[in-house]
Amino acid sequence: MLNYIIKRIGIAIPTLLILIAVTFYLMHAAPGGPFTSEKPLPPQVLANIEAKYGLDQPIWRQMTTYLWGILTEFDFGPSYKYHSRTVNEIIGQGFPITLKYGFWSFIVAIGVGIPLGAIAAIRKNTWVDYFAVGVSIGAQVLPNFVLAPLLIIVFTLWLGWLPGGGWHGGDWEYLVMPVIALSTSYMASIARITRSSMLEVLNANYIRTARAKGLPTKTIFFRHVFKPSLLPVISYLGPAFVGLITGSVLIDIFFSTGGMGYFFVNAAFNRDYAVMMGITILVGALTILFSLIADLLYAWIDPKIRY
Amino acid sequence: MIVANKNKIVKLAENLTADEQTSGRSLWADARTRFMGNKAAITSLVILVLIVLFSFVGPYFAVWTYEQIDWNTMGSAATLGMPSIETGHYFGTDDLGRDLYSRVIQGTQISLMVGIVGATIAVVVGTLYGATSGYIGGRTDQIMMRIVDILMAIPFMFVLILLLVVFGRSIIMLFVGIGLLSWLDMSRIVRGQTLNLKNKEFIEAAQATGVSDYKIIIRHIVPNLLGIVAVYATLLVPGIIIAESFISFLGLGVQEPKTSWGALISEGAGTINYDTEWQLLVPLSFFIVTLFCIYFIGDGLRDALDPKER
Amino acid sequence: MSFLEVNNLNVEFNTADGIVRAVNNVNFSLEEGKILAIVGESGSGKSQTVFAMMGLLDQNGRATGSVKFEDQEILNLSISELNLIRSEKIAMIFQDPMTSLNPYMKISEQMAEVLIHHKGLSKTDAINQSISMLDAVQIPEAKNLIRMYPHEFSGGMRQRVMIAMSLLCNPKLLIADEPTTALDVTVQAQIMHLLSDIQKEFGTSIILITHDLGVVAGNSDDTLVMYGGQVMEIAETELIYARPTHPYTQGLISAVPRLDDNAEKLKTIQGNPPDAMLDPVGCPFSPRCKFSKDICSNQTPELLEAGENKHFRACHVAFEELL
Repeated sequence: MLNYIIKRIGIAIPTLLILIAVTFYLMHAAPGGPFTSEKPLPPQVLANIEAKYGLDQPIWRQMTTYLWGILTEFDFGPSYKYHSRTVNEIIGQGFPITLKYGFWSFIVAIGVGIPLGAIAAIRKNTWVDYFAVGVSIGAQVLPNFVLAPLLIIVFTLWLGWLPGGGWHGGDWEYLVMPVIALSTSYMASIARITRSSMLEVLNANYIRTARAKGLPTKTIFFRHVFKPSLLPVISYLGPAFVGLITGSVLIDIFFSTGGMGYFFVNAAFNRDYAVMMGITILVGALTILFSLIADLLYAWIDPKIRY
Repeated sequence: MIVANKNKIVKLAENLTADEQTSGRSLWADARTRFMGNKAAITSLVILVLIVLFSFVGPYFAVWTYEQIDWNTMGSAATLGMPSIETGHYFGTDDLGRDLYSRVIQGTQISLMVGIVGATIAVVVGTLYGATSGYIGGRTDQIMMRIVDILMAIPFMFVLILLLVVFGRSIIMLFVGIGLLSWLDMSRIVRGQTLNLKNKEFIEAAQATGVSDYKIIIRHIVPNLLGIVAVYATLLVPGIIIAESFISFLGLGVQEPKTSWGALISEGAGTINYDTEWQLLVPLSFFIVTLFCIYFIGDGLRDALDPKER
Repeated sequence: MSFLEVNNLNVEFNTADGIVRAVNNVNFSLEEGKILAIVGESGSGKSQTVFAMMGLLDQNGRATGSVKFEDQEILNLSISELNLIRSEKIAMIFQDPMTSLNPYMKISEQMAEVLIHHKGLSKTDAINQSISMLDAVQIPEAKNLIRMYPHEFSGGMRQRVMIAMSLLCNPKLLIADEPTTALDVTVQAQIMHLLSDIQKEFGTSIILITHDLGVVAGNSDDTLVMYGGQVMEIAETELIYARPTHPYTQGLISAVPRLDDNAEKLKTIQGNPPDAMLDPVGCPFSPRCKFSKDICSNQTPELLEAGENKHFRACHVAFEELL
C-alpha cells in the first residue's frame, strides 16, 4: 500500500508542475501583454510597470520566481488589474464561499445518489427503479445552466419561497438553489453508476457463493455487495469534482454568490492573467489532490490495485 | 492423411454452409434490426432529423435576419415582442428587439456544428491515440495512458477559458479547443477494446503474414472498433454541446451577433423577471429536446451494437 | 427415511425471448454417505437442478416439484428457512474458483463469517477453526495464507479454499458443481482425490456435477445421465460403464478418447443439443439418436426400471435392439 501511495504521489507532483508550466507559458504567449491598453502608455511608464511585476525578466526566470512564491509562501503574486490587491486576497475572499456550497453539493450528490442507485438496483423493475432511472435520464439534459434559471422561475418567481441570488454569509435559503443546481446532474450520474455496478455485483458468482453459505440478505449486502459496488463510483468522484468546481463558476455568476468563479470570469473579461492563473492553478491542485484521495480510497477497497 | 477422404471434405463443406444459413447475419445487419425495433431511438432519430432540417430550411421562412433589430419592439419586448405570426416574429423577439426565430435557427446551427466538429476531432484523436497505445502495449502503452491520467486531472474548462481569453474568442478556437479536450475518455475506451482485439486470431494471422503495425491498426483494429466508437461518439456529442453552451452562457463563447443555445439561454435567463418567458423557454426547449434525442439514439446504438451491455 | 429425494423437479426461466424449460421432470434419490455423479453436456440442466434445490436460481427462474432432504421439503423455502440448511446441512462449491470467492475480502473473513453466523463463534475462534479446516484440505502454511486475498492464490488452491469453506459447518451433503472444470488436469486429479477423502473421512454425501465422464469413473457410487433437462439413465456407476442401456449414454461413453484405441478420428455424437425454448415433446435426444423411431419424437419416454440394482432408463427402444 505504501508503495502505491508513493507511486501515486509521484504522478501527482509532475501533473501539478505541468499544469503550472502550461498555464504560465500560455499567459506569456498571449499577444499583447496585460498592460497593453487602448491608450498606449509611455514606454518609460510601461517599462516601470513591467519591472514592478517582473515582466522584464526572461520567462523561465519569471516562472521559477512564481513557482517559488507559490511553494514557499503560497503566494500567487499581485493582481494585474486591481492594483492594490494580491491574487491571494481575491482567492481568500472567494474560496470560502465556493468551498461552502461546493461541499454541500458534493454531500448531496453522494448522499442522495448512492442510496438512490442502490435502492434502484435492489428493487429492480419496481417504481423506485423507474423513478431513479427517470431522474438520471432527465438530469442528463438538465446541466446547471439550465437548471438554475428553471429553479429561479419556480422557487423565486412563482412560489416566492427563496431569494433569487446573493450570499449573505451562506444562510440556508441562499444555499438551497445553488446546491440543487450544482449537484443534481452529478447526483443523477452517481445514482446511475451505483445502480449499474450494483446490478453487476449482485450477479457475480461470489454473491451466489455468499448466498449458498446461508448468510442473511443484510449481511450479504453490507459485507459482500456494497463495497465492490462503490468502486466505479469512486472512479467517478474525480471527474465529478472537476465538474462541480467548473459548475461553481456558473453558480457564482448566476446566483451572485461571489465565490471564486465570479473573480475568474471577471478576470477573463479584464484579461487579468495573474488572477486567472492563480485560480486555475489552485483549482488544478485541488483536483489533483482530490483524485489522489479517490485513488487511494479505491486501492483501499480493491486489493488487486495495491501492489 | 489430411486430404484422405474427398467425400468427407464435401460433407464438411456442406455442413459449413448449412451452419452459415442459421447464424450468418452480419453484426451490422443484426444491429440495424435491433435499432429499428427500438421505438425511443427511432422517434428520437426522426425528431433530431426534423430539428436539423429546420435549421437549414427555417431561414427561408424568416421575415427578419438574426442581427436585424425591430425598432418597434425594442424596449417593450414583453408587450410587442410576443411570439406572433403577424409581426413575423414567430418565436417573439429578444431583449434588443431581434427576431428570436432567426436567432434560434442561428444558435441551433452553431450548437449542432460544435457538437459534430468537436466529437469528430475527439473521435479521430481519441481513436488513433487509444488504438496505438493499446496495440503497441508495454512501456509505450503505460506512458501514453499515464499522460491521459495526468491530463484527466486538469480542470479543462478553466484552461479552455484561459485559451479563449489569451488567443481571442473565435468560433474555430472554441470548436478545436473543446474537441481537443474531449478525446481522453474516448482514448481509454478504445485502448481497452484494442487490448481485447489484439489477442484475437485474425490479428495474429495478419502479424504472421508480415503486415506492418500501422496497416494492422488502420485495416484491422480500427474497423473492428467502429461499433463502440459509434456509440461513444454519439454519447460524446451532448457533452460537447453542453460544454459550448456553458462557455457561451458565461459570455465567453460565441460572440455577438452570432449566437448559440447557451448564449440564448443565458439571455433568456437574464430577462425572466420581465414577463418574457419565451426568450428562455424557446431555446431551452430546443436544447433539451435535442439532447434527449441524442441520448436516446446513443442508448439505442449501444443496445444494438453491444447487446451484452444490458 | 430417505436422505435426499427429488421428485418431478421442473425449472423454468422467464426470458425476454420466452420461457426456457431448463429442467423437466427430474427424479432421483441419494442415500447417505454416497457419491452421486450427474453427467451431461453443457445446457443439459444439471447445474440448474442443484441450484433449484439450494434456492439459488436467478430471479427469473421458477422451480416446481418436490425436493425432500431428510424428509423435510426444502424446495422453494423462504430465505430465512433456507439459511438454516445452507452450509449447515447442505453446502456447495462452484465451477469457477476464480470468481466464486469474493476478490475484495481476505480468505479469513470469508471463512470466518460462516462460523460466526451459523455457529455463533467469536472471530478469533472462527479464524482458528478455519485454519484447521484449511490444514485439512492440505493447504500449506494455512496460518499465514488465510490472511491473503483470493487473487494471491492459484486456481487449484482457491478450489481447496472453497472446499474448506463449504466443510466448516460439517454439512451432511456437499454439492460440487463442476469443481474441476476450470482447473489443469493434474490439479483436477488432486481435487477429486480430496473430495473422495472427505467423503471417507467425514461421511459426507456428495453430488458431483460434471460433463467429464473420466472424472465420474473412479469417483462416484451412482451416476445420473441428463440430457435436454431430462434424466436419461440412472444406475450404479460401474453398471453405467459396463452396460449402458441408453443410446445417449452409449454415445457419451464411446466419445471418451482412449489410449488403447487406434481409431483415427474422435468419436462424436452427431448434431446439437435441443432448444430449451421449445415445448418438450418426445425424447429430447431423438433427433440425434440413430435408433430413433416414430414414437420417440411424439411421446416422452418414462424413466423405467431396466433390470435389477435400481437401474433406470428413459428410452422407447428396447435394450436388446441397442446392442
